[in-house]
Amino acid sequence: MGRTPTGRTLAEKVWEQHVVRRAEGEPDLLYIDLHLVHEVTSPQAFDGLRLAGRKVRRPDLTIATEDHNVPTVLGPISDPVSRTQVETLRKNAAEFGVRLHPMGDAGQGVVHIIGPQFGLTQPGMTIVCGDSHTSTHGAFGGIAFGIGTSEVEHVLATQTLPAYRPKTMAIEVKGDLPVGVTAKDLILAIIAKIGTGGGQGHIVEYRGEAIRKLSMEGRMTICNMSIEAGARAGMIAPDETTFEYLRGRPHAPTGAAWDQAVEYWKTLRTDDDAVFDKVVEIDASTLTPFVTWGTNPGQGVPLGSAVPSPEDFADSVERAAAERALEYMGLAAGTPLRDVEVDTVFVGSCTNGRLEDLRAAAEILRGRKVVTRTLIVPGSMQVKKAAEEEGLHEVFKASGAEWREAGCSMCLGMNPDTLGPGERSASTSNRNFEGRQGKGGRTHLVSPAVAAATAVTGRLTAPADL
Amino acid sequence: MDAFTTHTGRAVPLRRSNVDTDQIIPAVWLKQVSRTGFEKGLFSAWREDPSFVLNDPAYAGATILVSGPDFGTGSSREHAVWALQQYGFRVVISSRFGDIFRNNSTKMGLLPVVLPEDVVGRLQAAVEADPATEVTVDLAERQVRFGDVAASFEIDDYTRWRLMEGLDDIGLTLRHADDIEVYENGRQPWLPTTV
Repeated sequence: MGRTPTGRTLAEKVWEQHVVRRAEGEPDLLYIDLHLVHEVTSPQAFDGLRLAGRKVRRPDLTIATEDHNVPTVLGPISDPVSRTQVETLRKNAAEFGVRLHPMGDAGQGVVHIIGPQFGLTQPGMTIVCGDSHTSTHGAFGGIAFGIGTSEVEHVLATQTLPAYRPKTMAIEVKGDLPVGVTAKDLILAIIAKIGTGGGQGHIVEYRGEAIRKLSMEGRMTICNMSIEAGARAGMIAPDETTFEYLRGRPHAPTGAAWDQAVEYWKTLRTDDDAVFDKVVEIDASTLTPFVTWGTNPGQGVPLGSAVPSPEDFADSVERAAAERALEYMGLAAGTPLRDVEVDTVFVGSCTNGRLEDLRAAAEILRGRKVVTRTLIVPGSMQVKKAAEEEGLHEVFKASGAEWREAGCSMCLGMNPDTLGPGERSASTSNRNFEGRQGKGGRTHLVSPAVAAATAVTGRLTAPADL
Repeated sequence: MDAFTTHTGRAVPLRRSNVDTDQIIPAVWLKQVSRTGFEKGLFSAWREDPSFVLNDPAYAGATILVSGPDFGTGSSREHAVWALQQYGFRVVISSRFGDIFRNNSTKMGLLPVVLPEDVVGRLQAAVEADPATEVTVDLAERQVRFGDVAASFEIDDYTRWRLMEGLDDIGLTLRHADDIEVYENGRQPWLPTTV
């Protein structure tokens, strides 16, 4: 990779800090500061270690949780295959000395929720996990990306990964988000603009005033969905908001180490004269609540508009994809999105399962009744506890929504929370792929506020419509 | 992994874009803890449709999948690669791949070949016209050949060498165990541990 002769981007700074070995004609060998593990993508990796007689090099930089398979109602896992997978993780964690937060544990939760919550996710770190939404952690100004099981085994054995540095891309978000428009709407609009392949081969840095004004929760929502734009990772330079979030968390530095860390973290910003390989600009001030109509996250439009027609797409591949998506989604071109009725509303996931998201949903549901099946699923046991301390669970229950235990839930069809064939959801998760929430299920991606408003009317609805 | 030098076989045209890994192998198949048996889950929802191209007997035994753009987007599940390999595919050709899928493929010896969209279209048309068309994917020469077409593709030297030798990444990295130790001793003191 060419080095810029002048300033460096944030991504370049973090990458360079982690190069263990660089040789001509080879990928860099990159050190990994934190490895997050869950039950789905790790069993074959631990098997590989056993077969080769290898151990986990740095169990002290590794942490595991149970999330994808876990039911969100109390009780054991009834599906024997899911149960075996979770039990396999427990066995592997014990055998290889990895800290595990099992179901029922106060620290359990979705893998990308618990890292930041413990203060394990810090600026300038390299973080990987066998899960594409690892990009979430880039919100703290590190490089965080998803890997497959072969690479999980590689990191377990060596705490490194061979990798070429991706290109750099800036997404400059100008202006301020209007009231009622959230981080989720912004990232859906970005993906609709650049497409599912728009970030391919790049690390995206989200920049601009609208980004700076987001809370850490909002920044995590943005970075989480970088992968849906095809990006290898997404990141946001750390600032006072980041430091305030981290201060006092269990694994954050303390005393003199804190001061030393903050001093370093403040250097983690793109130099003014640095050059990105690609720059995209988006005006936040013109945005409105956003919703997807199709079967990939790039197929999104403002909620106030109508389902597009395949003829609207000049590109033949996009046109064919739109035709197919409309058929799968059971939607007619030209239908106002506000007329689309849903069967289920899901608030949760690594995209929108944090306390701020639950507060946004509760604000809408307070004093109102839901008319659809509505699942409110905290991203972690700690989020659940914090929400209950604020009484949010009472708001949800009074509205008729279901208040659940922590887990990935309806984000993907691996646990009992699924859509049936033909069922339609408004979901705060990250993927509207065919069958993602259950075979034949139809997904509209939305923000927590839109999800809650939709639960009240039974049709895709913005809070301002109520 | 198995070494890959050159492969000649028949190809299946998959005229769809954004073939995400949830389509390649739906999540319900990911509950297995073994590395085998994933061929049954390959495109399992789409295969229920009798008109789906993999159900066409004319393409039975094909070893090269020729897809529309953005193949393998979405989830990091390496199970997608295992499912394709266990079904019998050695090569996937597309104009653009999801980064994680492409990475996973090269770790397992499934060759992801990037060709321009028009060349992919010509290859799809050729195997639609004659499913018996022989397609050669030559990693040594970085070339795909069919009919009178010879199309070059790019792959970095290091990945090509690793695939051609069938080398295990972990073994290669452990040759540099000393470098890792030196790096570890110089890490910033405030960095967190999970203990």
